[in-house]
Amino acid sequence: MTVEQIGSEGKDQFPIGMRVLAVDDDPTCLLLLGTLLRRCQYHVTTTSQAKTALKMLRENKNKFDLVISDVHMPDMDGFKLLEHVGLEMDLPVIMLSANGDTKLVMKGITHGACDYLLKPVRIEELQNIWQHVVRRKKKDRCNSGSKDKPHPDSGEAVGIGNVDNNGKLNKKRKDQNEDEDDERDENGHDNEDPSAQKKPRVVWSVELHRKFVAAVNQLGIDKAVPKKILELMNVEKLTRENVASHLQKFRLYLKRISCVANQQANMAAALGTADSAYLRMGSLNGLGNFHTLAGSDQLHNAAFRSFPPSGVLGRLNTPAGLGIRGLPSPGTIQLGHVQNSGNPTNDLSKLQSFVPGNHNTNILQGMPMSLELDRLQHNKSVGHIGELPTTDSTTVFPGSGNLVDARITGFSNNPLLGVTSNSLMLEGSSQQATSHTSVSAIGFQNGNALSDFTSIAPASNQLQDSKAGSQGQASPINCNAGQIIRSAPQEWNAPRKDAPYQSHALINSSIPINSAMIQLGQCLDRNNSIFHRTTDLDLVGPLNFVDPLSIKHGEGDNSIMEPSVIEKEGYLMFQPRPHGSHVPDNIGSLEDLASAMMKQADATVIL
Amino acid sequence: MDVVNQLQRQFIDYSASLHREGFLDDQFTQLQKLQDDNSPDFVVEVASLFFEDCEKLINNMARALEQQQGVDFKQVDASVHQLKGSSSSIGAMRVKDVCIAFRSFCEAQNREGCLRCLQQVTHEYSLLKNKLQTLFRLQQQILAAGGSIPVVE
Repeated sequence: MTVEQIGSEGKDQFPIGMRVLAVDDDPTCLLLLGTLLRRCQYHVTTTSQAKTALKMLRENKNKFDLVISDVHMPDMDGFKLLEHVGLEMDLPVIMLSANGDTKLVMKGITHGACDYLLKPVRIEELQNIWQHVVRRKKKDRCNSGSKDKPHPDSGEAVGIGNVDNNGKLNKKRKDQNEDEDDERDENGHDNEDPSAQKKPRVVWSVELHRKFVAAVNQLGIDKAVPKKILELMNVEKLTRENVASHLQKFRLYLKRISCVANQQANMAAALGTADSAYLRMGSLNGLGNFHTLAGSDQLHNAAFRSFPPSGVLGRLNTPAGLGIRGLPSPGTIQLGHVQNSGNPTNDLSKLQSFVPGNHNTNILQGMPMSLELDRLQHNKSVGHIGELPTTDSTTVFPGSGNLVDARITGFSNNPLLGVTSNSLMLEGSSQQATSHTSVSAIGFQNGNALSDFTSIAPASNQLQDSKAGSQGQASPINCNAGQIIRSAPQEWNAPRKDAPYQSHALINSSIPINSAMIQLGQCLDRNNSIFHRTTDLDLVGPLNFVDPLSIKHGEGDNSIMEPSVIEKEGYLMFQPRPHGSHVPDNIGSLEDLASAMMKQADATVIL
Repeated sequence: MDVVNQLQRQFIDYSASLHREGFLDDQFTQLQKLQDDNSPDFVVEVASLFFEDCEKLINNMARALEQQQGVDFKQVDASVHQLKGSSSSIGAMRVKDVCIAFRSFCEAQNREGCLRCLQQVTHEYSLLKNKLQTLFRLQQQILAAGGSIPVVE
């Protein structure tokens, strides 16, 4: 068979000419398989060495459409090969074995095989394997295109405002993102889950962000809901979800900023609106997150600890160490009026402003915004992706639109949501963090998980103490929020209400907190990471972040329950990111943090 | 023509008996169907490969089972597994069946049982090899006489 054959026949007469790579150490079987495949009019390349196969695949990723591999091979386990192919080349792989044990078949599936055939393989079975190629192509198209995806970020690049620094940062992040994206993409593609589709990102240029901030200012931070913001901004092709996610990031940013804001009162100047509302927003966000995190417990502590005390991070660390452990005393953090007012759904608006008095004026505003916003954007999208709750949470936010009043209420329906809302809200208030008390009120009434959050309050308080510093209360709150968020996933494990969420949370159960923390930390760490992280945290499972990372790290690494699932989850989160620049950053840092944290966590925290 | 017919009938009968006695199963028929003008010696090729493989695997198993220090049953099992795969691919039913029993002995780490199975496998393999060689000879004779190999359903 020649290339011409492929060229002329392959495309037009698919599946004729489909390029298959067959790997089997048994020469008899290999010959038979090759013959059968050729009889099906595929273009076949055979090899008895898995290593050779990998080499061939790596040489040219587009050389093959499908891989069929035996399970038992002397030089490399078929499953390992399967993983490699899935990760690096994202090609459909069919496993072949004389052993049809359910366990083995299951292993094949969890490792990402799209089919598992038993020897002796019949020609009829081989005649249908082309469907896997089509299916994957279709999924890929959907993933990358996903314009019709429910989740908004319809990939419009709303310009890339690169204000000097921002530009550079953006670029850097984007590059990093790209790498991450690729990886994620690959992994994501392993997920057969349609919901795990990447959504194109909106790039928040400086101009766009300015409009956004102006709109938020106009509405008032309390009333800034995505829908209204969108209307005020009046930007074509921008969706509410885009705004919502951006808003979330913005809040995170504010939170983060508020930590640093004390020292930089001119942030407002940048945006042109030294609006205390923003500040509060930021702080609230921070708070919210912390509280959520606080609930999570231990791990957070550890996680935070590992975070360098810088800004929010610093704060996180401390509280993590202290607060989270001691979370149990929920009552302390009262988010002002965190009411468990049984607000049935996302009642972000109910979230009271924790920050009783803080009005950090510095919040955001400014430049970093574009970066942050981008991150936010990403985060937002990430959050939304893959997870239903995320979407919900987004909606939640808009609904509540009340950053300052981060009342954690009614997370009844969706623990995740609740948390998310909380986190977001908390974030806003965290800045204000003065009283922290409000945080505790995180209305986790509905969900068991939620109730756990209350315990966050204590954590947040503690966080405050810990903060690295100057930030004062705002920081702790932020930390708390982050913690809270983290804890949320933890908590959710128990209630198991929300399977998907839980899976996120659970999946990373081994790493969960760490990841959460890490993520949180990461956010804090990086300028914009906060946005990302918190968002993620809020959304669902910050764990997810870590997961993919951890998953990637260890093929055999199975602290995670289901690698494939986790990956999925993780990737879900990541999905939106791929296009964005921010995500990668976080991811990268996450990984580092994650590993660091995990070590720390393991060492320090008793999970 | 008579010769051809005669040979062909012989071939059919022999094939049928092999199937009947369990030496070959449907998979072998599939292999025969795969043989065509593009690959006229396909079946012979596959069978030859199988015999080579079989001998190698049997030797591996024998060596592993002879270890006085301690039999590495995993290794034996791996070889048996592979033999099972290739025998089922070619349609060597009896060999395959022995392999199945062989595997359970491996799992049970029963050296005696394994040795017995190894003997059986070796025996079945020799039998099959002879039978197939007879069959292929018949095939060649038919072709030499100008006839075509009848397809045995």
